Amino acid sequence: MMSNLPILSLTLFIPILGAIVIMCLPANRHKAIKYVAAVSTLFSLLLSLWSMLNYDLTIGGMQFVERIPWIADLGVNYALGVDGISLPLLLLTNLIGFSAVYASWQTAARVKEFFALLLILITGVMGTFVTTDLFIFFLFYEVVVIPIYLLVIMFGSSKRVTKEYAGMKLTIYLLIGSAFLLVGLIALFIKAQGILGFPSMDIATLAQVDYPAGFQIFAYALMVFGFGTLLSMFPFHAWSPDGYAGAPTAVSMIHAGVLKKIGGYGLIRIGLFILPVGAKFIAPVIAVLAIGNVVYAAFICLSQKDLKYIVGYSSVSHMGYVLIGIAALNIISINGAVMMMFAHGVMAALFFAMIGNLYEKSHTRNVSDFGGLAHQMPRLAFGFMLAGLASLGLPGTVNFIGEFTIFVGAFGVYRVISIIAITGIILTAVYILRTLGDILFGPRLEKWDHLQDLKGPEMVPLVVLGSAILIGGILPFTVMDFINSGVGQLLSHIASIQMGGIF
Amino acid sequence: MQNILASSWVIPFLPFLAFALIGLLLHRWPKISAAISILAISASLLYSVLVAVMVFAKGAGVFEIAVRWLNMPGLQVDMGLLVDPLTAVMLLVVTIVALLVQIYSIGYMHDDPGFASYFAYQSIFAGSMLGLVVSNNFGQIFVFWELVGLSSYLLIGFWFGRHSAREAAKKAFITNRVGDFGFLLGILFLQIIFGTLNFSELPGAVASYSNTAVLITVSLLLLLGPVGKSAQFPLHVWLPDAMEGPTPVSALIHAATMVAAGVYLIARAFFIFNTSPETMLVIAVLGGFTALFAASIALVQNDIKRILAYSTLSQLGYMVMAMGVGAMTAGMFHLMTHAFFKSLLFLGAGSVIHALANEQDIWKMGGLHKKMPITTWTFVIGALALSGIPPLSGFWSKDEILLGTFASGHMGLYILGSLVAFMTAFYMFRLIFVAFFGENQTAEHAHESPAVMTVPLIILAVLAVFAGFVGSPLMNYAFAHYITYPGAIHHTPSITIMLISSVLAVSGIFLAWAVYQKKWLDYEELKVKMGGLYKLLYNKYYIDEFYAWLIKHFIDGTARLMEWFDLKVVNGTVNGLAWLTGYLGLNLRYTEDGQVQTYAIYIYTGMVILIISALCAVFTALA
Repeated sequence: MMSNLPILSLTLFIPILGAIVIMCLPANRHKAIKYVAAVSTLFSLLLSLWSMLNYDLTIGGMQFVERIPWIADLGVNYALGVDGISLPLLLLTNLIGFSAVYASWQTAARVKEFFALLLILITGVMGTFVTTDLFIFFLFYEVVVIPIYLLVIMFGSSKRVTKEYAGMKLTIYLLIGSAFLLVGLIALFIKAQGILGFPSMDIATLAQVDYPAGFQIFAYALMVFGFGTLLSMFPFHAWSPDGYAGAPTAVSMIHAGVLKKIGGYGLIRIGLFILPVGAKFIAPVIAVLAIGNVVYAAFICLSQKDLKYIVGYSSVSHMGYVLIGIAALNIISINGAVMMMFAHGVMAALFFAMIGNLYEKSHTRNVSDFGGLAHQMPRLAFGFMLAGLASLGLPGTVNFIGEFTIFVGAFGVYRVISIIAITGIILTAVYILRTLGDILFGPRLEKWDHLQDLKGPEMVPLVVLGSAILIGGILPFTVMDFINSGVGQLLSHIASIQMGGIF
Repeated sequence: MQNILASSWVIPFLPFLAFALIGLLLHRWPKISAAISILAISASLLYSVLVAVMVFAKGAGVFEIAVRWLNMPGLQVDMGLLVDPLTAVMLLVVTIVALLVQIYSIGYMHDDPGFASYFAYQSIFAGSMLGLVVSNNFGQIFVFWELVGLSSYLLIGFWFGRHSAREAAKKAFITNRVGDFGFLLGILFLQIIFGTLNFSELPGAVASYSNTAVLITVSLLLLLGPVGKSAQFPLHVWLPDAMEGPTPVSALIHAATMVAAGVYLIARAFFIFNTSPETMLVIAVLGGFTALFAASIALVQNDIKRILAYSTLSQLGYMVMAMGVGAMTAGMFHLMTHAFFKSLLFLGAGSVIHALANEQDIWKMGGLHKKMPITTWTFVIGALALSGIPPLSGFWSKDEILLGTFASGHMGLYILGSLVAFMTAFYMFRLIFVAFFGENQTAEHAHESPAVMTVPLIILAVLAVFAGFVGSPLMNYAFAHYITYPGAIHHTPSITIMLISSVLAVSGIFLAWAVYQKKWLDYEELKVKMGGLYKLLYNKYYIDEFYAWLIKHFIDGTARLMEWFDLKVVNGTVNGLAWLTGYLGLNLRYTEDGQVQTYAIYIYTGMVILIISALCAVFTALA
């Protein structure tokens, strides 16, 4: 019965529906607004779980496909579909979206605007993962900019930088990146039309075209710039720590957790898939820059004093692993990169949820202000520890699976770069354990005796994201089998186009 | 019969289940939590005994099953079971000591507010350690390797309100991470070169691989794992600090089982290490050096747990040295006997600390033998076993190591090993004469511990006496018959070596008795005379200070430099560009002043430039 329904469209637009309902509600009905947000994200979450359970792994490829012609002259279709790469990311978006609603449960000012914008943001992010049309992809990519900007400048916090600066920086980086991307996409479209003889925005169709090598390098370079900026690739990462620090909790969760993953997803789904020769040519550059992410950012984490900056730079550092995975261009490393995006998503979202909760109650994020919080807030301490241990790639958490797979895949390709990157596991352990030790353990501080531990709705992010971290870590095949199917088909398609000459 | 082996996955699974149950449901009821935890480890022990019977009595051979855990083209990691004599011995050692320690903990931790979580951590440790022991591949072993590290972190920092416990836990984890970095690289090399991590597939592949330089690199990288986990020099610094944890934890994790995981790994992967003589030499020298180095520090420490901790370091060095000289059997044999007598010593120390309200300084104890007879005499048995007095267990295993070292031709290491044996007897009996027999320094209320603590002591004492017989001529070297590797040589026992080591042990004890009991020598005066050396030893060769300096200047220094670069250069550039854009906008807007005359000038200038360029182009074309 459900197979006749447009599952993906439902998943995608239920949050928008929720946003419309919220806009119609009176502004002082805070509870109702929050419940609408919770219910609509829960629906999307359940639907994305449903599509994962009903995805046929034996066939693979794009499933739950929907296609409605939209702008025929440009070859644009409203086309949706998910495969093994996009499904885990769709699930990730909804896990985080649902948790983000609960992490913002205490919002008291402009509740209506906040949750409406949040739901639009969630739909925007989801859209990029479920579409198979380049135009629709770019449309959703731009859709996320507006709510992000408004949410940061309206609900953000000003510590090291003002929230206006943070919002501006975040938005301008995103826009400059997307400007380069737009040039690349238009070039791609025109070139493909010249070769194919008809206009198409369908990603799979564009990937059938045999572009000249020089063009591929040019177009892929533009994408690396655009998507790389979004993925906070060194040295275009400066938006990330300031942006997360300035943003409200829910935005930090969504942005670090899943929005920046659009960069990695785009590099694989669009860049690598359509322009494999260009990807191969530029890969070593990405690998070298990734060192800048992993090691450089990890060192900076060591000298940070604000919790959000630590997680912000740490997120830059972890994206280095994703970049190395993408640069090594084999099935193991790319499987690892996608797994790492999922893993980092749940971990970073949990981290930001915990920080947000603590900040809300204590009004400070300085590591040195805290100590011995595990005495007063054992559940919060558990959440912090779980996120921290996931962050340092402890086996049993899904992050270990991502890192280990990337290392295996990259080690055969970039020996030296991999070894330098793997030192990151030591540095990460140092800054994570230092920070968590300083805030959670040690003698009880009486000034924090009034803090309440997590309870009720506050537990939702911990339970939802924590379960994802542990289930993915203990039973990695639950996620990896999807990823492997998706990446395998993507790479075999490239191999068939290139007749084995490239890979 | 195969059914029993095939379902032996329950051995690690049950403690994990206990952990999950306590963590999710039962932590509100401390007594039930403890009961569940002890029930789980008892069941694991029973099952391990069954497995051991299968392996040893019925000769079940090697049994292996696995399920695929991570699967993609070019990378398969299994979660499996490999049951062979080596596994069976480790299963027995771990479950026996873990069960006794958990029972003992009922008494030791009885009024602790974290009673339930203590047992949860004990369970996750037991599960991880047993999972490590049954691993059939390097991937799995790495997973559980890190998980025992996590349990160690949690238990060292169990009293997290203490500043020192927090720092010690962090130090243990990070130091181990340094070792694991190398271990992971070694595993990656194996995966890339051989395409498998499986313990039954690798030996054949390694044997037919001829690039010795690569094998040396890989084996040295793998060695870094055991160097961290078994606390060998220079990554030994975490183990003495780990004594911040509750004493039963020190007995189980930081003496008997987890720290021995490194030695176990060398034995398990002996087929790799054994291929390169260079690596073997490194292992032997490293182990020998650690044995001597740690024993020398133990000579002058005053904290009862620290003395035992340095003794553990030293004995682990012994085991590692045995591995390096090819006496893998002797190393594993010592691992087993050491697990029993060292956990006995730690639990004995715990009994004392418990009775004296957390006093750990041996000079503040004294005369305990009257008040705590069971603790004292079981402790003495443990110390005799550790010193290698015949016929206690430590004598047989230590003798096997010395024999192996001597027979392999490493004369220097043999002399070093004998010297360490002498030092061991001395520092152990220094401890005993000062703490248990010296003048009474303690409060009157000190009394013997409850039965829940003394019974485990008695059981371990029995094991400390008799466990060595399985590897002795009395039982025809049964141990060596099972735990061995292809091409191993078993040397004929030498009465001379036995005699020398026994005489050294007895004279160590005698010297301690003469100095600390009879006071024929004034040790205070000796301390002053040997001022420099004493200070060096007392301060553990200043290695901790050196590392602290290194971290402060190099790691944190780099961190500050990078932060400066990020703020000034990267962000500076970004903000500079933003400012430039704004500045240009601010100034260029004056060009749009709305006056027709200005625009006319622009048009006129533009035209002139265009005409001149056109003329230039025409002239160049003509010329």
